[in-house]
Amino acid sequence: MKTSFAWIKALVPELNVTVQEYMDAMTLSGTKTEGAEKLDADLERIVVGQIKKIEPHPDADKLIVCQVDIGGDEEIQIVTGAPNVAKGDKVPVVLNGGRVAGSHDGSKVSGGIKIKKGKLRGVESNGMMCSIEELGSSKEMYPNAPELGIYIFGPEVEVGADAVEVLGLHDAVIEYEVTSNRVDCFSVLGIAREAAATFQKKFQPPVVAKTGNGEDAGDYIKVTVKDSDLCSRYVARAVKNIKIAPSPEWMQRRLAAHGIRPINNLVDITNYVMLEYGQPMHAYDLDTIAGKEIIVRRAKAGETFVTLDGQERALDDTVLMICDTEKAVGIAGIMGGENSMITDKVETMLFEAACFDGTNIRLSSKKIGLRTDASSIFEKGLDPNNAMLAINRACQLVEELGAGEVVGGAVDVYPVKKEGRKIPFEPEKYNRLLGTDISKEEMLAYFKRLELSYDEAANEICAPSWRQDLECDADLAEEVARFFGYDNIPTTLPTGEATTGKLSFKLRVEEVAREIAEYCGFSQGMCYSFESPKVFDKLLIPQDSKLREAVTILNPLGEDFSIMRTIPLNGMLSSLSTNYNRRNKDVRLYELGNIYLPKQMPVTELPDERMQFTLGMYGEGDFYTLKGVVEEFFSKIGMTGRISYDPDSGRPYLHPGRQADISYGGVIVGYIGEAHPLVAANYSIKDRVYVAVIDLPEIVKFASFDRKFQGIAKFPASVRDISMVAPKDIMAGAIEKVFEEKGGEYLESYALFDLYEGSQITKGYKSIAYSLTFRSKEKNLKEADIVSAMERILGALEKMGIELRKS
Amino acid sequence: MKEKLQKIKDEAIKKIESSNDLGKLNEARVAILGKKGELTAISKSMKELLPQDRPAFGQLINEARGEIERKLEVAKAALEAKELEMRLKREVIDVTLPAKRNKLGHRHPNTIALEEVERIFVGMGYEVVEGPEVELDYYNFEALNIPANHPAKDEQDTFYINDDILLRTQTSPVQVREMEKGKLPIRMIAPGRVFRSDEVDATHSPSFHQIEGLVIDKRITFADLKGTLEEFVRELFGKDTKVKFRPHHFPFTEPSAEVDMTCFKCGGSGCRFCKGSGWIEILGCGMVHPRVLKMSGIDPEEYSGFAFGVGLERIALLKYEIDDMRLLYENDDRFLKQF
Repeated sequence: MKTSFAWIKALVPELNVTVQEYMDAMTLSGTKTEGAEKLDADLERIVVGQIKKIEPHPDADKLIVCQVDIGGDEEIQIVTGAPNVAKGDKVPVVLNGGRVAGSHDGSKVSGGIKIKKGKLRGVESNGMMCSIEELGSSKEMYPNAPELGIYIFGPEVEVGADAVEVLGLHDAVIEYEVTSNRVDCFSVLGIAREAAATFQKKFQPPVVAKTGNGEDAGDYIKVTVKDSDLCSRYVARAVKNIKIAPSPEWMQRRLAAHGIRPINNLVDITNYVMLEYGQPMHAYDLDTIAGKEIIVRRAKAGETFVTLDGQERALDDTVLMICDTEKAVGIAGIMGGENSMITDKVETMLFEAACFDGTNIRLSSKKIGLRTDASSIFEKGLDPNNAMLAINRACQLVEELGAGEVVGGAVDVYPVKKEGRKIPFEPEKYNRLLGTDISKEEMLAYFKRLELSYDEAANEICAPSWRQDLECDADLAEEVARFFGYDNIPTTLPTGEATTGKLSFKLRVEEVAREIAEYCGFSQGMCYSFESPKVFDKLLIPQDSKLREAVTILNPLGEDFSIMRTIPLNGMLSSLSTNYNRRNKDVRLYELGNIYLPKQMPVTELPDERMQFTLGMYGEGDFYTLKGVVEEFFSKIGMTGRISYDPDSGRPYLHPGRQADISYGGVIVGYIGEAHPLVAANYSIKDRVYVAVIDLPEIVKFASFDRKFQGIAKFPASVRDISMVAPKDIMAGAIEKVFEEKGGEYLESYALFDLYEGSQITKGYKSIAYSLTFRSKEKNLKEADIVSAMERILGALEKMGIELRKS
Repeated sequence: MKEKLQKIKDEAIKKIESSNDLGKLNEARVAILGKKGELTAISKSMKELLPQDRPAFGQLINEARGEIERKLEVAKAALEAKELEMRLKREVIDVTLPAKRNKLGHRHPNTIALEEVERIFVGMGYEVVEGPEVELDYYNFEALNIPANHPAKDEQDTFYINDDILLRTQTSPVQVREMEKGKLPIRMIAPGRVFRSDEVDATHSPSFHQIEGLVIDKRITFADLKGTLEEFVRELFGKDTKVKFRPHHFPFTEPSAEVDMTCFKCGGSGCRFCKGSGWIEILGCGMVHPRVLKMSGIDPEEYSGFAFGVGLERIALLKYEIDDMRLLYENDDRFLKQF
């Protein structure tokens, strides 16, 4: 929303503040200002001058020498190349030392252009005559400006006057951010009312007396609203003997300041009232309305209609249409029809001011793909009481401007009159909510400024119908707060029952995950939750995989962001790829982010959101480096039991011989492996990439931060080494399983200390050696205690085809 | 015998004093005091003396041994000191050579900012809670006083899964889920990921993070909201930061406010960063709308509360002076390493 500051001042005549003061105060009272464009920025020492004499330049064919009266004792001499000036013309003249805003091609120059006296081809020139562009505006906004050359004022303008003033450029266009609840503030009058309340000055809206001749509009037109659910009010008036002409300059100036191009008196009046009252209106050529009847009804399914821009529009049965007895003549609230539009030949017209259902207009406008100035206002949901005020104001302007003869009376279809809402006046409640101690009288004074009336007998506040946002005590408390001043409300801290500040258990586990990952050299990345369905192919995921069943976004930003991820690897691999292709060495990343697994297809309930702790790396380190990180994490969150790794995990995105499911307590809690070389290639990484994914919901079930001191071992340990030659395909895990199962109560720990495959070992075999530590908490172990355990272990190993090497 | 003892003693002392390293000193000790040493030999020859002379000579031997041992002690201490000194000189290293660092990873700036916020609110007795990112329309809109076809729904550019399910556009639905649990009072913050269909550019991302705050108790006032957020902003951006509350509109709070803080870069005098105004918009807040309380089963006559929402990226970008939001989701090691 924008308003001309001068227009606001015209409605609040006592307002005597600078633009900055105005903006600051309005923002603090709830009408947020976003900025101001000063129309007279960089315009200095510019007056109205009259050309008294024109002579050719002695040395230049294209220049002329003018003597210009600028209202002083002496005329000044100006040399110009402008083709359009004549003796007697009144023109804007920038004097020596003054400034203009831009050059005559229309481009503005930051800080303006300084004008100094000088010589042009040897002839003295003491100033410059200006085009409208040099004055920082345009022909669009000043349609009376000549096609080429200097702007020429009308003969009534006083010589020597401030030209910027005459052009209406001593003004600023102020931009506001109006919130959606304040529909009334999408109008100059609404903003001016707030300004008057903010500065405690008198608000003077236009006074509209009775308009129209002795005839009755009812004799010209009939209105039938068939679908009154979508049209709460329809007001029609008629104007005859129309004389299309340009609108007066003051109106053109105001429209121009709001960025609206002046066209002719009728169009300009409609636009002017739309700005002023926030009520869009439409004019139809009454002679095109069959049966002289307006029928408001929903369109028929499949109906098409040609709007006044010449486009054919497809409609359905939810779109509201304005029709006559034979045909549609406009799409309600959006755009009129080509068949009924005002042309230069118009004699009698029908003026429409209506109130349509905001939601319907918004949806229709979307459906048709046509958003207009009118529809963007209607869709906010307007006050039907405003329609009559606005149409009467428009008719007043028609009369003032001599644009036609207004027919008396109006046809008003308004079945249910909207009344202002009554809200109990509860000052102590407002104070309790705000933490203030504002007196009842003061509150009533604020309300009065906002035209909220107080019924003392009923102890009720009546909100005017344009304040649809006021519904309950909290709303009135806000009105009190904003005029008392948010800044003046005290600052306190909540009292009451103490609460414990804490993180949830899951968040604590995540915190440890971050700490461990970072300690191990992994930096935290963040990836998008949505990705392309193509990632499944990149990750070699089969067509029938459940992973391909993803939550799909109906209106994504594009295919690349269209499904909610079911696997976190694409984000990780893409990030590693970015790093790899930027030649970053030895990169280690981790991510904590959700995957989204649908509970059923199609999705009918919220999916299972599972937090994944994903680790990825390339460069320094290998599979076992990453495995170490996983185990450090598990042990830090109290998962000190046996972690098993199943190499038959069958994950297509991982190297078939270098992958494992990670199990804890018999549950798969994640997986680890080297990315499949084809997958790495799909992400343009020409290096080995290792990834691990831990499913946090499963982990959280096992995690614990309880610790019990076990005592420090008092008795010595006995260590036994076992050297083995084992078939290559027997995994260390299988051997360790034997230790665990057969080691007995005294086996404290075991550790691999040698692993060798090579020339000294038979092909297909490997040499592997473990050191086993036995210890009792209660006694010194005797040889016999250990021998029995060792025999059990060795026996089991031999059964697996493992040869023991005597040492 | 006496002369012989004297001679042994004199020569022993000479030998000790002439030893210039610990090895030679030890050799001297063995030669004198060892099993086959000279002094040992002479004590053994004592039996050749007359019994009555033996005690006196024995004493002489002991005195000689004592003196030799003291000399040995002194010489040993001196040589040890010398040797230590030499070792220390030998072992000088170049302390300016590069360190061997454990290559630690780095936390994402969003997380660092979030942890700062969490620390402040947990200290004030707030619990950190979470809610689903794929959310029901009911929690994201309707229960927050944004009914079907409300224009605010369009403003938020929602991603839909179907008519009832969407990607949450704000963390505010967690408020409702928390209130519905029926446990009062509530002091919570809910950080999390939210989604809006904005194209990616330097200041927009279709996925970003918010931190929602909610306090519900008896007699909670707008003044409490002001006090709490003032405390928060000062704690996060420094004690001298000033805050300004401006009226605003959110469907789920009334009265509502937007909060500006003095620009941390220029301190409020106006700079390029704050577009000359001296102020930076930092969060939105308000008193929980009575209709929202009612819908969540809380009696607005008895309880009141405030809520606020702040963009995590906004804090991270401001605090760490990151000029392009895209950097946060690229995961370039050279970016992450700076935090």
